[in-house]
Amino acid sequence: MKVAADIPSYVRCRHVCGASLAASRCFKFRRLVKEVSDEELFAPGHRGCAGCGCTVAMRLALKAAGRNVIVTHATGCMEVISSPYPETAWRVPWIHVAFENSAAVASGVEAALRALGRKDVKVIAFGGDGGTVDIGFQALSGALERGHDFVYICYDNEAYMNTGIQRSGATPYGAATTTSPAGKRSFGNKTFKKDMPRIAAAHGIPYVATASVAFPLDYMEKVRKALSIEGPAYVHVHASCTPGWGIASEKSIEVARLAVDSGMWILYEIEHGKARVTYKPTVKRPVAEYLRMQKRFRHLTDEHIAVLQRYVDERWEEVFGGD
Amino acid sequence: MPHRDVMHGSRAVAEAVKLCDVKVIAAYPITPQTHIVEDIAEMLANGEFDAEYIMVESEHSAMSACIGASATGARTFTATASQGLALMHEVLWIASGMRLPIVMVNANRALSAPINIWNDQSDSIAERDSGWVQLYVETCQEALDSVIQAYRIAEHQDVLLPVMVCMDGFVLTHTVEPVEVPDKEQVRRYLPELRLPHALDPEHPVTMGSLGDPNYYMECRKQQEIAMEHALRVAEEADEEFRRVFGRGYGILEEYNMQDAEVVLVTMGSVAGTIKETIDMLGSDVGLLRLRMFRPFPKEAVRRALRNAKVVNVIEKDVSMGFGEGALMTELKSVLYGSDIRILGTVAGLGGRDITTEHVRQAIERAERALRGERVEEVAWAGLKEEAL
Repeated sequence: MKVAADIPSYVRCRHVCGASLAASRCFKFRRLVKEVSDEELFAPGHRGCAGCGCTVAMRLALKAAGRNVIVTHATGCMEVISSPYPETAWRVPWIHVAFENSAAVASGVEAALRALGRKDVKVIAFGGDGGTVDIGFQALSGALERGHDFVYICYDNEAYMNTGIQRSGATPYGAATTTSPAGKRSFGNKTFKKDMPRIAAAHGIPYVATASVAFPLDYMEKVRKALSIEGPAYVHVHASCTPGWGIASEKSIEVARLAVDSGMWILYEIEHGKARVTYKPTVKRPVAEYLRMQKRFRHLTDEHIAVLQRYVDERWEEVFGGD
Repeated sequence: MPHRDVMHGSRAVAEAVKLCDVKVIAAYPITPQTHIVEDIAEMLANGEFDAEYIMVESEHSAMSACIGASATGARTFTATASQGLALMHEVLWIASGMRLPIVMVNANRALSAPINIWNDQSDSIAERDSGWVQLYVETCQEALDSVIQAYRIAEHQDVLLPVMVCMDGFVLTHTVEPVEVPDKEQVRRYLPELRLPHALDPEHPVTMGSLGDPNYYMECRKQQEIAMEHALRVAEEADEEFRRVFGRGYGILEEYNMQDAEVVLVTMGSVAGTIKETIDMLGSDVGLLRLRMFRPFPKEAVRRALRNAKVVNVIEKDVSMGFGEGALMTELKSVLYGSDIRILGTVAGLGGRDITTEHVRQAIERAERALRGERVEEVAWAGLKEEAL
């Protein structure tokens, strides 16, 4: 049983209620912490790297969902590290079929539950950024358009990490990957990140949210909301990858938080068409600070950094206004 | 009460789906399968039966949704053809590897290129190693009955494998024949409710589709092979039981005019009708062996049926490119290895080219010449326009 006194005084509540209070003094924060289950439905002992941000995304989503859920999973890091037979990290029913079809499999699970009169059971489909924005794009679009009652969670570590850090449609501008390496004639990935949450929202589904593993309560609250709303919901959670990003394992959450504090990743939700920013950084940190922490960006020149800063500034302006 | 009606083969399949109390259907329309999915949609729209119908955005998603639904413990159906089946290829292996009793009708159609919507059997034969039980039917009645039998085979606890019922596109799907539709109560008794031992259920969490490393993968495959062996026996039993309940059956293979036949034609699917017609017309003593089951391959039954044969001519609607003959011919050679039976092949009906009684007569004649010891072509392409090559 967690009590407010257990929350260290340096934890601020700003990513829940917007005020920069000590978390232990914030009513909303305390309530949320109290509601977080102690039960580990994504069991420890899996084979994720030390400091893996994506396993945090799995673990917290299941804490928010509880036991009464069926999970479908795309091929990818989280599938491989969690299910090497005869072991499994999943304490809920879980099915992995292939790379591009997590949403289609979830469609079938959801339809079967309805046909069998089991409306109480929730369905979560997981996919990495490759399994979501690239190869699984069509199946996801189909499932969102058909209106299945399920939550799709994309854990986005910004490249094909499972196969050894190849670029995906979600890889940021300038990032060096094994298929977009930096070199004499290359500054790394030449394109900007595909804006998948907005594409999901364009399907007119009732709930879309972005989240980050560095903001666990915000993320869990969004998963919970997504599960409670009838119809398809899409949650896109930014999740750090220590080998893929070139960061020390103890920096995993710090870097993920800096992505949000620099504006490289923005936390918002779109509920029934109404958009709302769920966290506004009190101080906008320079993008260069975020980039410097990661090996994948280390080769970038001031010129490229300026391009990224401009890109961030434009989105910042759009979302938060001029200040 | 059973009732008789005239209907095209697609309708007969939809009637079977209704009779089997299928709970989830996920399908993507493709010629010549379209009437099946349309008829099912119409039945659901008219409240003739209750099922969840997922109109997916591709065949890959159709099979993926079927996997999800079947894994959740619901009786599941889909239908496809040709390019659709090819698009499913990846997930066909996963459906069988996960031991899910999905039933699919494949309206056999040629594969592109050139694009061609007409009938041959290259599509399903290309999936022979995917771990699905494969049945090939001759008539609309057999299509209906085979779907019912397919669930009985698929869901048997010794089997738990997906079953593909292959029916010739257009030739059966779009052809009207008299069909007896069985009584629903009788079908219910023949087909008990699905009990999937490894279903996804929060009360008993299971992990499906886990990583099988080299220490485990081979055993999974061997278990599938053992299940296939069981499927052979279970299919025979299912057909016998079907005959007892509904008054008609087919066996896993059909022998026609086989008493003392030295020359035997071997085939699968609807062309058996043309062959029977030709044999009768000629008053020939040639026999016909129609394989209804292609996977698992009924090796012993085939050897038994051909024990008196001297020359066999395989008429089939597929060819293994680079091997110069159809897959059925190759497999027959393998099954009859060591025997003195001469095996000839006839590649016919590719891309919907008509197979006429004249083509069948030529196939018989070639086999009879071989029987007399004359030199004949090992493989002939029936109705080929040599001048267009």
